[in-house]
Amino acid sequence: MSMLSNTAATLCRGLSLKTVGSLLNELKSNGLITRRNVRFSQIRVNCINRQFCSSTHNLKVPKAPTWEPVPEEHLPPPKQIPADLVDKLERLALVEFRTKQGLDCLEEAIRFADQLHVVDTNGIEPMDSVLEDRALYLREDTVTDGYCADKLLQLSKNTLEEYFVAPPGNIPLPKREERSDLLKNSSCITPSHFTENGN
Amino acid sequence: MAASTGAAIELVKNINRRILTLFPKTLFVFRHISTRSSQCQSQAQMRTKSAPQQLVGVVGLEIHAQINSNSKLFSGSAVSFAAPPNSQVSFFDASLPGTLPVLNRRCVEAAVMTGLALNCTINRKSFFDRKHYFYADLPAGYQITQQRQPIAVDGILNYSFLGGKKRSQVVRKTVSIKQIQLEQDSGKSLHDEVHSQTLIDLNRAGVGLMELVMEPDMSCGEEAAAAVRELQLILQALGTCQGNMSEGQLRVDANVSVHRPGEPLGIRTEVKNINSMRYLARAIDFEIQRQIGVLQRGGLVLNETRTYDSKSGETIPMRDKEGLQDYRFMPEPNLPPLVVYEDTSSLPDGVDSSQAVVMQSLKEKLPELPGVKRDRLVQMYDILPEHSFTLMSEDGLVEYFETVSKATKMEPRRVIGWVTQELLGQLNQKDMSVSQSPVSPPALAELLELLQTGHISSSAAKQVFQKMWTSGDKSAAQIVKDLDLGMVKDTARLHSICQKVVDAHPNEVQAIRNGNKKVLNKLMGQVQRETKGKADPVLVRAILEEKTS
Repeated sequence: MSMLSNTAATLCRGLSLKTVGSLLNELKSNGLITRRNVRFSQIRVNCINRQFCSSTHNLKVPKAPTWEPVPEEHLPPPKQIPADLVDKLERLALVEFRTKQGLDCLEEAIRFADQLHVVDTNGIEPMDSVLEDRALYLREDTVTDGYCADKLLQLSKNTLEEYFVAPPGNIPLPKREERSDLLKNSSCITPSHFTENGN
Repeated sequence: MAASTGAAIELVKNINRRILTLFPKTLFVFRHISTRSSQCQSQAQMRTKSAPQQLVGVVGLEIHAQINSNSKLFSGSAVSFAAPPNSQVSFFDASLPGTLPVLNRRCVEAAVMTGLALNCTINRKSFFDRKHYFYADLPAGYQITQQRQPIAVDGILNYSFLGGKKRSQVVRKTVSIKQIQLEQDSGKSLHDEVHSQTLIDLNRAGVGLMELVMEPDMSCGEEAAAAVRELQLILQALGTCQGNMSEGQLRVDANVSVHRPGEPLGIRTEVKNINSMRYLARAIDFEIQRQIGVLQRGGLVLNETRTYDSKSGETIPMRDKEGLQDYRFMPEPNLPPLVVYEDTSSLPDGVDSSQAVVMQSLKEKLPELPGVKRDRLVQMYDILPEHSFTLMSEDGLVEYFETVSKATKMEPRRVIGWVTQELLGQLNQKDMSVSQSPVSPPALAELLELLQTGHISSSAAKQVFQKMWTSGDKSAAQIVKDLDLGMVKDTARLHSICQKVVDAHPNEVQAIRNGNKKVLNKLMGQVQRETKGKADPVLVRAILEEKTS
């Protein structure tokens, strides 16, 4: 899967978590894994791994992931991505991808996410997280951490005395036309663009 | 091509706020909220004169209150104002990979208490969300806040201020609190223009904030300042926020628009970076007048972010947000919903009570709130409502007044003058707080007792009070003795002084005899001058009346 698909998945995370949550709900009520859920087993397994990684095998989770492609005719018609939206995504992601290859990546990613539309979520209360019936652990208000400026500053490329050094403010993204010129010679996105992307 | 060279997202929101909070300008020590002229009144007058055509201001506030806690909202690093840079930072605060938020119970309880004190509905279940934006002092690239379901909603803040022509009339107002949400503070950026770089201090990153959103129920700077002042007193009484504006513990953004009453609200601007109560009123009033001016010249008010320049007294536009900001809100996946329980009996099985936030027990801990305290002071001590405001306006003054009142037989309504005028006057003049006063409550009580029992006159008492300010531990009685300020009650001596005064003022005596009794006061003044204010006024009056009849 290309990095762009991952971006799309990140952008749709609210949706996918909700859907996965709903799936779990359904699993709880049915005690079964239905065929149409299986298609998303990859996403689900990722999420479930976090919760159950340390426990022994959970009966509600299949031992091995299975995979079955969704036929094209079950999906909604593919959406065109308007130039304005590409521009906005570039700004939000701090990534330029308006090349043919980049746009193909994005469309492919959206097409992949479109499969979620096949899941029937009627009558299922949306969930935000698979942890939502868990008690939120509360900490006592005592100081237990910090005082490690030296360790943290070591990680930074640029420091001054005890400060991190950053560029002056945010640098505005060049206008779209200017960027198009800049992009003529550049290739598709490399994964490193995504590593510091806020999450 | 690296993302850092060609592409960086534009985000100007908060830049200026950051700059200002970095260099808190404590230019004024303010004790009373004062505005040059009462905007509200002039607006009210405009309305009555030519209603409904006049434009009036509409003000809503967003207030960030730093929670008074030992440690941060989601990490165990310390909260302290002037610590060395980046010393109060944990791996979580620096957003190192693999770190997770652990919610501080104290912060939740502070928000619930604040919500209860502001008559809010506390949501039994609230959620945390991520609000994304790029800025160097927000290392995670998002702020954890409560967007969908905040911890408290639908509250009310009752506030009042002294209005009317003489500023002695208590005007009572109400503002609705839309919501209170828990969120993380950001770090601080120090902009080094010379070397074109930004120095980042993450000590403040992750400190717990309560964001209070007030509905646009106010109409001028004076009202907004009074509402914030009342909120500040409430937060301080609760202990949930220290409320020091110059240290950024209480930060106010004002949404200002103008419209004709009855018509839909106008286009609003957001005035940021208001770091004192005095500037708050001025900035809002300036902005209202500016918008009225723009509209009257046929222009349009732009929806923009402005900042207040305290030097020029104007609001100026900040670099505008480029198009619409997209915060890409999403549920915070690492925090389950936050549950607040009604009482201990509603705790489900298996929930550790030391782990639960219980509303009932927090309700029981609520202290006497400022509004209630004012009413109690007025009733209990038979003082004027405006005096209760003055007492509450100064930290520790109520306690001072109550201690003095209890220690003397003098009526509280006489004591209040000494506290709010003599004491506060001296404190203001010397820029001192109540706790720094060299005259302790028992010392003042002793002085007032001498006055009450007729040992000294009122003017002598004032002299003694001045002396006590500088004479260290000397008691009032000792100063009276040293300066020979004891009341002169020697009838024979007073008779001779009075006679001298009467002889020296034949015209005045004639006036009194012709029926102008007020002139007697002038003669009394003369006698007091002779005796350096020590003569017993009751005796003097009797003697003078006798001599001028």
